[in-house]
Amino acid sequence: MDLKLKVWRQKNAKEKGKIVNYDAKGISPDMSFLEMLDVVNEDLIVKGDDPIAFEHDCREGICGSCNIMINGEAHGPLPGVTTCQLHMRSFKDGDTIFLEPWRAKAFPVLKDLVVDRSGFDRIIQAGGFVSINTGGAPDANALPIPKKDADVAMDAATCIGCGACVASCKNASAMLFVSAKISHLALLPQGQVEKKERVKNMVNAMDKEGFGNCTNQYECEAACPKDIKRDFIRVLNKEFILS
Amino acid sequence: MSLDSKIPSGPLEKKWDDYKSHIKLVNPANKRKYTVIVIGTGLAGGSASATLAELGYNVKTFCFQDSPRRAHSIAAQGGINAAKNYQNDGDSVYRLFYDTIKGGDFRAREANVYRLAQVSANIIDQCVAQGVPFAREYGGHLDNRSFGGAQVSRTFYAKGQTGQQLLLGAYSALSRQIGLGNVKMYPRTEMLDVVVIDGHAKGVVIRDLVTGQVTVHSADAVVLASGGYGNVFYLSTNAKGSNVTATFRAYKKGAFFANPCYTQIHPTCIPVSGDHQSKLTLMSESLRNDGRIWVPKKQGDTRNPADIPESERDYYLERKYPSYGNLCPRDIASRSAKEVCDAGFGVGPGGQGVYLDFSSAINRLGEHTIAERYGNLFQMYEQITGENPYKVPMRIYPAVHYTMGGLWVDYNLMSNLPGLFVIGEANFSDHGANRLGASALMQGLADGYFVLPYTIGNYLAEVGFGKTPSTDHAEFKKAEIDANSQLNKFLSIKGKRTVDSFHKELGKIMWNNCGMARTDKSLKEALVKIPEIREEFWKNVNVPGSGSDLNQSLEKAGRVADFLEFGELLCLDALTREESCGGHFRSEHQMDDGEAKRDDEKFCHATAWEWKGVGAKPTEHREKLEFENIKLATRSYK
Repeated sequence: MDLKLKVWRQKNAKEKGKIVNYDAKGISPDMSFLEMLDVVNEDLIVKGDDPIAFEHDCREGICGSCNIMINGEAHGPLPGVTTCQLHMRSFKDGDTIFLEPWRAKAFPVLKDLVVDRSGFDRIIQAGGFVSINTGGAPDANALPIPKKDADVAMDAATCIGCGACVASCKNASAMLFVSAKISHLALLPQGQVEKKERVKNMVNAMDKEGFGNCTNQYECEAACPKDIKRDFIRVLNKEFILS
Repeated sequence: MSLDSKIPSGPLEKKWDDYKSHIKLVNPANKRKYTVIVIGTGLAGGSASATLAELGYNVKTFCFQDSPRRAHSIAAQGGINAAKNYQNDGDSVYRLFYDTIKGGDFRAREANVYRLAQVSANIIDQCVAQGVPFAREYGGHLDNRSFGGAQVSRTFYAKGQTGQQLLLGAYSALSRQIGLGNVKMYPRTEMLDVVVIDGHAKGVVIRDLVTGQVTVHSADAVVLASGGYGNVFYLSTNAKGSNVTATFRAYKKGAFFANPCYTQIHPTCIPVSGDHQSKLTLMSESLRNDGRIWVPKKQGDTRNPADIPESERDYYLERKYPSYGNLCPRDIASRSAKEVCDAGFGVGPGGQGVYLDFSSAINRLGEHTIAERYGNLFQMYEQITGENPYKVPMRIYPAVHYTMGGLWVDYNLMSNLPGLFVIGEANFSDHGANRLGASALMQGLADGYFVLPYTIGNYLAEVGFGKTPSTDHAEFKKAEIDANSQLNKFLSIKGKRTVDSFHKELGKIMWNNCGMARTDKSLKEALVKIPEIREEFWKNVNVPGSGSDLNQSLEKAGRVADFLEFGELLCLDALTREESCGGHFRSEHQMDDGEAKRDDEKFCHATAWEWKGVGAKPTEHREKLEFENIKLATRSYK
């Protein structure tokens, strides 16, 4: 199939960007969205143009690298799917597709569709861990954890840190991301000792990075490629109040 | 130069404990006077960086992703082995050791593997203490499942996302140390060279992938945890960024590259759908616990699988290997799939696929249980193929997955280049000619959390503190100039072909001539063609853009240039190893029934290659493998 692409091109963080039109011809429905971009880029290079920079790595939907606003939606139209797992069979011949980077002040554009998400790392560095040094941990079965708690903690821990929640929120709030880590650790006995400090430190770091607040519209949940539930934001708020 | 593996003397089960009791220690107050550089933040690099910083060393860590959380270890699905014997089904350190040696087709070093089995239990304790949400039983205790190549249930898992959860555990420990200022983290950077001073590794050359700036960093020791080289085949299950550059450039600086031809072929991968394909997606091996593998008994049978009655299906693994069945090791399952497809029984477009069928498990356990066990994998499959695996069987085919070769290391995980340590998939030590499922995660974390932190201390105590060289040293200057001139060379060629087109061409040769089955003829052919592609690359590659900003084509050019040299080394190693072993089938060497034929008389050794220049034949060194505790036997899973 043949498609028209309207792609955000921006040389670097300092220069202004703009939408540029490209044709994507002879695209197979079996291609992933990123493979379609590979085809377009190969053409651009042969023509002597600068290829479109975009972020990707595992292409299996788990590393969280890929991040494209596709027709205004983070990771495109399908629920629970990352850009790398979106296949061209989701589009029709002749479609026009807009490609933009994540839109958030806390995620500055580095080039084209690539943004700087290091704010997420700094939030984790502020407290998203259990303080245990290597060695000397007790036997793993010495601490039984109800299956239900372990399962919900796992659901929260599934967050891949891609930033779709931020990109899709009108306030660029990182509360779904933060709440996932808070909930994961707050649901487990290992996370209890530091839970008050953790939530305060992570929320402070989130504010410092310039992420906005939640206004309960849940665009984040709708955009999340890993189906992280908004209920975790409730857990975050509760833990924050208790701290 | 002789290869001294430095295996401690004494009985196998006491080697590691005795070693730990007698190594030199660094006084806690002196640890901060040492700087260690770690390249890579996967399970091995992330856990090593965190642990070294916890001990008090200054750590500088580099990764090419935008965040250390995205290292490729995150993609591992099925689980991690540990000899906990929680299931009371007869597991032990010895049995895990035995299974791993056998799974590696008797081409791994006994002492290293035994140590791996010993520390495996600590890994689970450590990860649980960090909050890794492993699967639990209703009583609150950890759940286990079985995996290929084992008859006990020793695999711990977190849904189909075990690698992700273990990596996030290591990443959280690393993040804590970054927050405390004990680790200086450099994301979006790439290592371009190792700097060697007076025979010791003392630093690295780094390119910032955003600004393009090349800088040099000095240290008292360098740790490479940069993963494997499966992307030499272009199509593989590796992340797109996985590359050989760090280990290959260390090889060019004098570190020996061992067993490069040991690449693991994974049996359960989604088949290739067309020329546009950029990578292959693995379906976890854990699926083989409940999925049954079959092909139609009739060649070229294109009927809908549901219309093919039981009597017309060949469950070939269950037929050929009755005791292990669908859980036979990866190399055997892969080769069997290739055999049935080559014989014309394959299914799907092009006939390059076999069925992995869950219908009997769904009938027995219900769709709900299957969804609970493998839901995310089923979803992923449907996303990629457009077919619903609850309704129709999955189609799978083998693909390049993990690489067991890597830089040669001794028992201390130090390469022959003093001060250069190599851990995880980047070294060659633990998996022999093949590896079992759920064992690579184990090695990554064992090396990073529990082995390297001891062995590196021994080295650092020996060299002494206060000797970190200045980056003004001539070797640093020279390495920086060399790195810059290579980058400029790529940009100046201005040819007609893209970097990817060369990579694809190389990958096809590697897969066709040096894949699951290899012959003397196919390898010699590859050894003629690869230098030709390389020559054209240096004349006709087109790398657009500049070296002073984010330039993904330039990044790729460096990596593909290395693959073009490394591919030749891999084929040479395969040509030299005249036996069939692990996943590597030299067609000249097979039993009467078509099983792989090992040659213990001539090849019970690791081959370590020494660089002699581009196009020049590297020098072969051999480390004889001694099997004192396990009798060399023909591997049988029948």
